[in-house]
Amino acid sequence: MFNFINTLLIGITAGSIYSLMAIAIVLVWRSTRVVNFAAGGLALASSFVGAAVLETTGSFWVALPLAMIAGALFSAFIEYFFLRPLLKRSGGKGEEIFLPIIATLGLLGIIKAILNYIYGDRVGSLPPPLSDKGFIVSGQSIALSPMRILILGTVLVLMAFLTLIFQRTNLGLSLRASSFAPEISRLAGIRVDLIRTVGWAISGAAGATAGILQTTNGSGSIAPESFEFSLLLVFGFVAAVIGGIESLIGAVVGGLTLGIVLAIILMYVGGSLVFFAAFLILILVLLLRPHGIIGVKGGRRA
Amino acid sequence: MLKIENLSVSHGAIRALHEISFNVEKGQLAAVIGANGAGKTTLLRTLSGLNKASHGLAQWNDHNILHAKPEALVRHGISHVSEGKSVIPELTVSENLELGALWRRNKKEAAKSKQEVVELFPRLGERLSQRADSLSGGERQMLAIGRSIMSKPELLLLDEPSLGLAPLVIEQIFQAIRDLTTAMGLTVLLVEQNAMGALKIADIGIVLNLGSIAATGSATALRDDPAVRAAYLGF
Repeated sequence: MFNFINTLLIGITAGSIYSLMAIAIVLVWRSTRVVNFAAGGLALASSFVGAAVLETTGSFWVALPLAMIAGALFSAFIEYFFLRPLLKRSGGKGEEIFLPIIATLGLLGIIKAILNYIYGDRVGSLPPPLSDKGFIVSGQSIALSPMRILILGTVLVLMAFLTLIFQRTNLGLSLRASSFAPEISRLAGIRVDLIRTVGWAISGAAGATAGILQTTNGSGSIAPESFEFSLLLVFGFVAAVIGGIESLIGAVVGGLTLGIVLAIILMYVGGSLVFFAAFLILILVLLLRPHGIIGVKGGRRA
Repeated sequence: MLKIENLSVSHGAIRALHEISFNVEKGQLAAVIGANGAGKTTLLRTLSGLNKASHGLAQWNDHNILHAKPEALVRHGISHVSEGKSVIPELTVSENLELGALWRRNKKEAAKSKQEVVELFPRLGERLSQRADSLSGGERQMLAIGRSIMSKPELLLLDEPSLGLAPLVIEQIFQAIRDLTTAMGLTVLLVEQNAMGALKIADIGIVLNLGSIAATGSATALRDDPAVRAAYLGF
């Protein structure tokens, strides 16, 4: 029982980070109908910014927000200078639908190459700002540490903030309307192009947070060819698809489900099966519930 | 005044509109009628900035409106309700309405517009917090027109508001369009397949045929024109 609760705690923490990455992917999908593989590269680049700020200022609390701002700027830059001209030209017909996807894969490669060029073999350091020693409950150490509480708290605060923006502000209404019906939105006077850039920027900030938390929760250091970030990108995608790719709530449910299932498999079955399990879940969801575990066929959630 | 001169629009190799010219005076309700494929929808989409014109002129109050973006034209009083109940089903009725006024700086006036819409269409007022996909076809059309009014339009472009509605509902929608044109001093370009219904409420009519103008004139004159009757009114 004790073991099981610990497994759950580990799964929820990891899952909440996947949720953030899934949100980054869902936001871009909703605003421009682009599957953004570059999201992983953007998260990596902004985490390097976070590591650099941490090195200079010594404060995680300065590094995290600055990394988020960097992520937002990187992401908006890519949308504005690469995806926007590409989408204008391709028009989304026939095989041209694949162009943006290939483009984001290419961008992922370019971002990694640039980071490789700048950093070479050096690594960025993002150690946990709080103790990652578990609290002691009746003589035993549990898998809940101040650091894990910080991760869960950060994710919760961000989710609450995003929900507030999406459901209660004019910007949120513009973001939702533009993603559901761009033409009607333009006719209603919304500057859909600008709103799309904002959607990418929010996605970049979410991805940056996911990257920083993934590193502090994991090895504490990042390299341009970081395995942790490949995992983050893959699990973020799986979580987004499990959640139905359209919905922010779905991304959270998908991320937590994946985190918990993988933690259970890691604990009770074995580490070698984690990847297998992640893709098995992905394929099962695609076969059995193609609109996601909370998705409704043909319906979209606002 | 809406002034259109020698306007031509092509979709690739296909010529959708060819050298059309007509004027609509301020405060007039103009019905644009014609068969499927006559270029009626293309005309509206070009005037609202969704389609590009190949050449010609279109002016609203002496300002060129060709080559401007739809989101910019809304800010100059031109509002287009596109074909097929142009509402966003995932949003609530209230959100659909507010969408039309997001660009307006004066939030008090925007709130007043919402009040006006609710008075014009009380059925919408009762359903403000429901999702738009729970509405009937007629209510969705009211919502689409309501959203347009939220943008405080001077020139209203309506594309087939009667499409897919029951005869009784069509009559209500047409009556609402007539009332609102008069009450708000709007200029309206009403594109319709339902030629008889549109000509009944319109001041003037424009008949399109294969991208060219076949006839123009006062709505009553067109209703009495034997050629128009035979071709478009079916009797």
